[in-house]
Amino acid sequence: MAKSNKPIVWGPFAAGGTLTAFLTPILVLLTLLQPSGLSYESMHALASHWAGKVLFVVVIFLSLWSAAHRMRITAYDLGLRADAFVAALVYLAALGCTGAAIYYLLRI
Amino acid sequence: MSAREWVFRHPRYVRYMVREFSCLFIAGWTVLMVWGLKQLAEGPAAWAAFLELLRTPASIVFQVATLAFAAYHSITWFNLTPKALPLQVGESFVPGWVVAGAHFAGWAIVSALMLVLAL
Repeated sequence: MAKSNKPIVWGPFAAGGTLTAFLTPILVLLTLLQPSGLSYESMHALASHWAGKVLFVVVIFLSLWSAAHRMRITAYDLGLRADAFVAALVYLAALGCTGAAIYYLLRI
Repeated sequence: MSAREWVFRHPRYVRYMVREFSCLFIAGWTVLMVWGLKQLAEGPAAWAAFLELLRTPASIVFQVATLAFAAYHSITWFNLTPKALPLQVGESFVPGWVVAGAHFAGWAIVSALMLVLAL
């Protein structure tokens, strides 16, 4: 059987697409409304707990990865044929931002 | 015909592109949240400044646009679920509207739950 990295790339895309479909609209609404849950005390308590940290990393990684995959496909659709370059760029950006999030979470 | 003009040849292609562009807003908003984590790590004053930043007119426009694009992504994603997850019970398939409907109901429940938790 031919080896392919497609499932590794596509799996987090599908997971992220589902996660963002369920979560992103309400999360954006919350940052717009800024209820008491967004206070420093509440957010700091959430980000201090290990489960909260895991939650942040999972949501951030899957959101960024699925967005990166869509950007790659859209770039190809719009006539940009340097797929290997675009793929490396968007996936590394997603990983880099997730790495930054982990770094900041570990300092909380 | 240039490589990009095909997008405008049919309303269906335009809707497809609108859906695909939702990822730019979702990605941008997520990066903004990573910035929020940095501010949270720096202490109460930095976090207050971040919430202040979220209240500026430009970021409100950005968030409203993100909300619209994200909701459009949700609707298109859930509408595709009957094709992605055909559910068979016995000999027959569960009707597509039931599969999609269950996802829309789940979306409403998750959103209501998050709203209650954050209030």
